[in-house]
Amino acid sequence: MRIAITHSTTYRSEGAARAIQALRLTPPSGQSQTVVSWQVRVPGGGTPMRYTDAFGNLVELAASNGPVTDVRIVAEGVVDTVDTAGVVGPGWEAMAPDVCLRRTKLTESDDAIRAFGESCRRDDTLSTLHAILDELHELVAYDTSATTSDTTAKAAFASRRGVCQDHAHIFIAAARSLSIPARYVTGYMLTDGGESVAHHAWAEALTVELGWVGFDAANGQCPTERYVRLAIGLDALEAAPIRGIRLGGAAESLHVGVSVQESQSQSQSQA
Amino acid sequence: MLGRSASSLFWMARYMERAENIARLIQVGHRISLTPDSTGGYREDWKSTLASAGCLAAFEAGGGKLAAAEVQHFMLFDRDNPSSIRASLETARNNGRAVRTALTREMWEAMNSTWNEFSAIDPAGVGPGAMAELLDWVRQRSAQFRGAMLGSLLRDEGFHFCQLGTFAERADNTARILDVKYNVLLPANAALGGERNQHQWDTILRSVSAVGAYRYFYRDQLRPRQVAEFLMLRPEMPRSLRFCSDFMAPALASLAAMTGGGASSFALGEALAADMRAADLDTIMRGGLHEFLGDFLARNAAIALAAASDYHFD
Amino acid sequence: MLKKQAYSTGNDTVCFDEMLRSDFSARDCYRTLYDWLQRQTQSGIRTKQAEADAIFRRMGITFAVYGAAEANERLIPFDLIPRVISAAEWRFLERGIEQRVRALNAFLHDIYHRQEIVRAGLIPSAMVNGNSAFLPQMMGFDPPRGVYSHIIGTDIVRTAEDGFFVLEDNLRTPSGVSYMLENRETMMHLFPELFAAHRVAPVERYPELLRQTLESVAPSGCDGEPTIAVLTPGIFNSAYFEHAFLADQMGVELVQGSDLVVEDGALWMRTIRGRARVDVLYRRIDDAFIDPLNFRPDSLLGVPGLFDLYRAGRVTLVNAPGTGIADDKAVYAYVPAIVEFYTGEKPILKNVATWRCAIDEERAHVLAHLEELVVKEVHGSGGYGMLIGPRSTRQQRADFAERIRANPGNYIAQPTLALSTCPAFAGSGVGPRHVDLRPFVLVGDRVRVVPGGLTRVALKKGSLVVNSSQGGGTKDTWVLED
Repeated sequence: MRIAITHSTTYRSEGAARAIQALRLTPPSGQSQTVVSWQVRVPGGGTPMRYTDAFGNLVELAASNGPVTDVRIVAEGVVDTVDTAGVVGPGWEAMAPDVCLRRTKLTESDDAIRAFGESCRRDDTLSTLHAILDELHELVAYDTSATTSDTTAKAAFASRRGVCQDHAHIFIAAARSLSIPARYVTGYMLTDGGESVAHHAWAEALTVELGWVGFDAANGQCPTERYVRLAIGLDALEAAPIRGIRLGGAAESLHVGVSVQESQSQSQSQA
Repeated sequence: MLGRSASSLFWMARYMERAENIARLIQVGHRISLTPDSTGGYREDWKSTLASAGCLAAFEAGGGKLAAAEVQHFMLFDRDNPSSIRASLETARNNGRAVRTALTREMWEAMNSTWNEFSAIDPAGVGPGAMAELLDWVRQRSAQFRGAMLGSLLRDEGFHFCQLGTFAERADNTARILDVKYNVLLPANAALGGERNQHQWDTILRSVSAVGAYRYFYRDQLRPRQVAEFLMLRPEMPRSLRFCSDFMAPALASLAAMTGGGASSFALGEALAADMRAADLDTIMRGGLHEFLGDFLARNAAIALAAASDYHFD
Repeated sequence: MLKKQAYSTGNDTVCFDEMLRSDFSARDCYRTLYDWLQRQTQSGIRTKQAEADAIFRRMGITFAVYGAAEANERLIPFDLIPRVISAAEWRFLERGIEQRVRALNAFLHDIYHRQEIVRAGLIPSAMVNGNSAFLPQMMGFDPPRGVYSHIIGTDIVRTAEDGFFVLEDNLRTPSGVSYMLENRETMMHLFPELFAAHRVAPVERYPELLRQTLESVAPSGCDGEPTIAVLTPGIFNSAYFEHAFLADQMGVELVQGSDLVVEDGALWMRTIRGRARVDVLYRRIDDAFIDPLNFRPDSLLGVPGLFDLYRAGRVTLVNAPGTGIADDKAVYAYVPAIVEFYTGEKPILKNVATWRCAIDEERAHVLAHLEELVVKEVHGSGGYGMLIGPRSTRQQRADFAERIRANPGNYIAQPTLALSTCPAFAGSGVGPRHVDLRPFVLVGDRVRVVPGGLTRVALKKGSLVVNSSQGGGTKDTWVLED
């Protein structure tokens, strides 16, 4: 499937401020997806400094020269996807898998999550992970008003409500409590229901059988060809597409617009 | 040189200068409080002492009593008064510490040992008898620091930032002292046979240690016109406004030449020095002495701000 | 003034004295000093001591003591009597230290790449990958010349003629080198005649060697002579004097986070002439605080984007972030295995026996022998959070046992070492006091060890704690040349 994505983010600060942002806004090519074209535009134009981080994400550092009030970042491009039933397949990354067992503030487990993880334990890793996926989807209701970007897995699990970020965090916490390496994935999802959930997140866990496999507990399924992977990390904070700091200025407003559509060009090329 | 280092040198010099000026103001205030006035009581002029030191508002906000012990303590030891001698010595020393490597050993040792010794003083143990000695000591140490600076510091950018800080502070101090008592210097006073203001003129001169210099220079009794001229316009008087602007301008010129920048502070410094050279007392009095001093204080402050912006320490 | 009868630690523990044998004859390297000491008068030494204190105070060589609101700047007590190390002893130490720092740098490179040592089963994966001192963000990155820890202070203790042990490897931001240099300056000023009578290896080249080391690890894209800066948390940091001292001695800028800015893919400092590029940053700020964009967001000391620049190879951070894993007290027990794995040689310097409370049998041993052991927090430093068994009360031991049971992974235990003693000026005469040694090692294009180091001395009679925050002092350390 050919998917066209436009992801724009606008920050506005009260009074001029220097802004610096680390962008993880470039999807990798791999077994499940091939990037046909992609570009990230940052204020001031030019080419931002780039490097590949420990997870293999391409990071671009955008820093304003001098104070600005508006920062607009646009990532845009076309990605071809295939359905691999969630299997990520080989790709470059330096990270030792066991690092994905580490505790982070957002993914720390408590007795409740450990008990939940334990209740999902099956004979093999893959079945265990599918049990977590199914149970979690049933247990934690999708609710956009219950949590914030700072909500921990523990808090979200206790409230039994949350959004995709919370589902992913709880999934990761439960998997790690069973000594299964797990990590956070940001990306895009082609939906029938408009753009509100198009900017998406889910979890990936390491299986003996298939390597890294994606699990989207918010939707109760493994990623399909309608999913595009963007960046990975230990939790939502580390995998964030944009992580920024404003030096000076005051209260900031943020507007994010994401459009994910099946591209017409592919139908034409296939026709 | 880092912008922050320039800032530290500028403020270090300012605060060392301030400590000395505050010490002098306390001494003068103390002297006044010992002088009987015509009604048989004692003159208490602590309000104008605080105003001259630029900390009257802060003192009043603290709710202290306008009496010798309270005011002296506030100006000497108060930790919350940023212009107390204690705060000045500490701020100077902390700024110096941040640029320790840009100072000579002599400068650092003069400043560091002053702070070490001062901070060890128990304010409760300083009685009226010991006050004069302590204040003399502060002035001597400030002089020692300045001597170390003039005698040992390389004449590079750092020196000029120190000079700028010293003379910006001194100009500010002298202008404030004049502005607090500008009324007793107005021509109307002389016309009215203002001998009654004799002690006020004396106080003004003492506040900048200039009684002896005045008599030596004018060979005359105190006259308000000459007092005003001496402290504002005489290039021979090392605490006059003219003298200060005469030193700030070349410091800014040197900095501009050395760095290839500094255009706006250089221009402001040159303009102020030129205006002070051209100024004459009659014109000033016609335009209003208070207005003139207010304008001078504003221009002096603007030079410091422009330098901070020019040299990246804003 | 040295009375043999009075030359005693004051407790029963038998320990090795570096000056006098048990028959009160002087060991070879101390012979000259011993004779000299016997000729000194108490008042003469006292005068020199006062002179030394005055020098240090005037210079502003102070350190901050946390938790002491008043007088937060103190002088580290300086003891006048030098500690002497023979040429042969030093050669041995130098070889051992070099071997150890090479191995630890190789270990860092490995665990931030393929983790062969974990694969080989020599160290548990969780000990590395789950360790809070391990920095996942460093994985897969190649620092210039492959060096992670460029500046290392190896803490060495001695218990016998040839009993040298490494107590701790400091690979993060070890401090104390300025004291080594200033102690030497002061001694040369006070006792020129003693230097004339000994061949003391010089230490004053350290700043130059440090500069060479820093220059040698400039980013590969750096043309011409690299610009170096020293990053300090500021004047209220306990080691600020040292930061300023080293910057001055190397002739480089001493910067704070607010002086630095990340722009146009490079690191710049704000100078009076505008911005100036920085290539190598010797940072004396802990990992967590160097970059609020990547690490602790509340840090005001660091520079946003600094770590991104580092990973992109635009600036070199010295030491590299994440070196703490190699001096973690829990990893310490594995260092002999680490040395063997990467060098293929037996370790020259021994480790102190260590029991890890995270391991059941070892914890049982610790709990049963608290009275004999020293218990340390894995992440503690500076002599805080420590139990010295033989000097502890029953109540303290009970408290510690509880803390160990509650959080076993946080504690290790070691035998109470009979640290060697050296003569120190003890108020009324000369007495033996316990010492340790921190030599300073530089790793860049090659390994450089300055002959000597910082000797810390427990000035309290009988005390084993040499930390300056706990009443310890320092001495000049003389390595003799043949």
